[in-house]
Amino acid sequence: MTSLRVFFIGGLTSYRALFNWLTPWILIPSFLIAPLFQILLFAYIGRTTRLESDQFYVIGNALQYAAIPCLFAMGNTISGERYQHTLPLVLATPAARLPLFVGRAVPVVVNGFLVAAFGLVVGGAILGVHVPLGAVAPLILVTAVTAFSCTGLGLVNAALALRVRENAVTSNVLFGLLLVFCGVNVPLSTLPSWMNTIAQGLPLTHGIEAGRRLAGGASLHDVLGLVGAELLIGCVYAVVGYTLLRVVETESRRRGSLEVA
Amino acid sequence: MRAVRLVGLGWVFQMKMLLRSTFDGFLGILWPLFFATTAFLMFRVNNDGRTLLYAALGASVMGIWSSTTVAASSALQRERWYGTLELVVGAPAHFSLFLIPITLAMSTVGIYSMAATLLWGRLLFGIGVHIVHPLLFALAVPATIVSIGLLGFLLSVTVVRYRTAWALGNALEYPVWLICGFLVPLSLFPGWVRPISWVLAPTWGVRAIRQAALGGSPLKDIGVCLALAVFYGLIGTLLVDTVLRSARSSATLSLT
Repeated sequence: MTSLRVFFIGGLTSYRALFNWLTPWILIPSFLIAPLFQILLFAYIGRTTRLESDQFYVIGNALQYAAIPCLFAMGNTISGERYQHTLPLVLATPAARLPLFVGRAVPVVVNGFLVAAFGLVVGGAILGVHVPLGAVAPLILVTAVTAFSCTGLGLVNAALALRVRENAVTSNVLFGLLLVFCGVNVPLSTLPSWMNTIAQGLPLTHGIEAGRRLAGGASLHDVLGLVGAELLIGCVYAVVGYTLLRVVETESRRRGSLEVA
Repeated sequence: MRAVRLVGLGWVFQMKMLLRSTFDGFLGILWPLFFATTAFLMFRVNNDGRTLLYAALGASVMGIWSSTTVAASSALQRERWYGTLELVVGAPAHFSLFLIPITLAMSTVGIYSMAATLLWGRLLFGIGVHIVHPLLFALAVPATIVSIGLLGFLLSVTVVRYRTAWALGNALEYPVWLICGFLVPLSLFPGWVRPISWVLAPTWGVRAIRQAALGGSPLKDIGVCLALAVFYGLIGTLLVDTVLRSARSSATLSLT
């Protein structure tokens, strides 16, 4: 029961306290304006290069933008606590670590999902992208799974925040790597093969591919393999992230470096 | 003379601070490279060396804007956090002479990003940068940096009442990349976008750099760039007085 309370109430409280992007003065420019302009930027570059259709860029960039809340919010669960000098208090509690850390990830998944969904709907409307009605429900599922897998990477980022002082830098670097490697704006087939290989192990790659196929008329059944791969990658990152958190937490306690990184 | 000395010394000190910051220094160089790489991957599909050079020159200016927009938006907020805002407001020098070197230093740091982007394009994508008018190129780059720095100055003053101005600065990164013709020709946009592009100095800066590199006549673009810089400086200076008067009279200078 206590673990459930830590998971749900603790996760939500932490999210509200640490992720101050919830204020409209940050939320609107960061989660509503920026993703739309990223979509427009690459859609227009795409029109200039005649590489792919607007739909390709809307789906790629909308889903990729879920990485902003997923990476930054998870990083903030550590760096935000450190900034407010509450990190040692949180880690000194006897609460089980699994609900403590994973509970903080749940609101982040929802946030990432909503940001991506906003980009898909409004970005699609601005550029006149039409998606078959039957693809809407599967697209919602794909968006949710993609937000989950990004949050798995976010857990790894949170573990890094126990070691790295400037977590905003690592979050931005991870975001940039996802932008370049995951076929967000360039078809995977045109990327060098080593980049393509790396992309197969990153969150977003399979989710974006599934989203594009659905928008192109495929059924959910056709993309189940891609959705499963995205889900599996998310789970692997979540497990790696959680394990890293435990290892680095123990190490930080031993070295007395929780507050200094 | 004292004003020039103040701006010069302020610029040197700010440069030293920025170059020691992981966020402003390291990430300032790395961040635009992600976008430049994506752009290069997109443009290289056409297999046209001149188009790739067009993209490389545009992408190289993206870093100058990136290093300015977020940092300039939160420049005054940062002074509040440092606890130095009251001291510089209370100093006898005009406040704009304190703020201008900060935003100029931010845009100057972008030159590292510019060089890194061109080098990145050369090494990884084989984009040769042959500059047709080296002297004019050497004139166009500082003109662009100064004009973007002064646009940052105007931005920092304009958003001073916006407590989380860094978020606004962040959100302004993509729109300027988009509508100033860094990677997309202005002719692709609806007509109503173009007047907005024309009042933004980066539009003329990137045009001047391209004209100098590819063999056009960049003098007019450099002139417009510098004229806009003067305009931003004047408007910003007038706004500084209004903002400071308001903050002093309502005793909100140190409020975050």
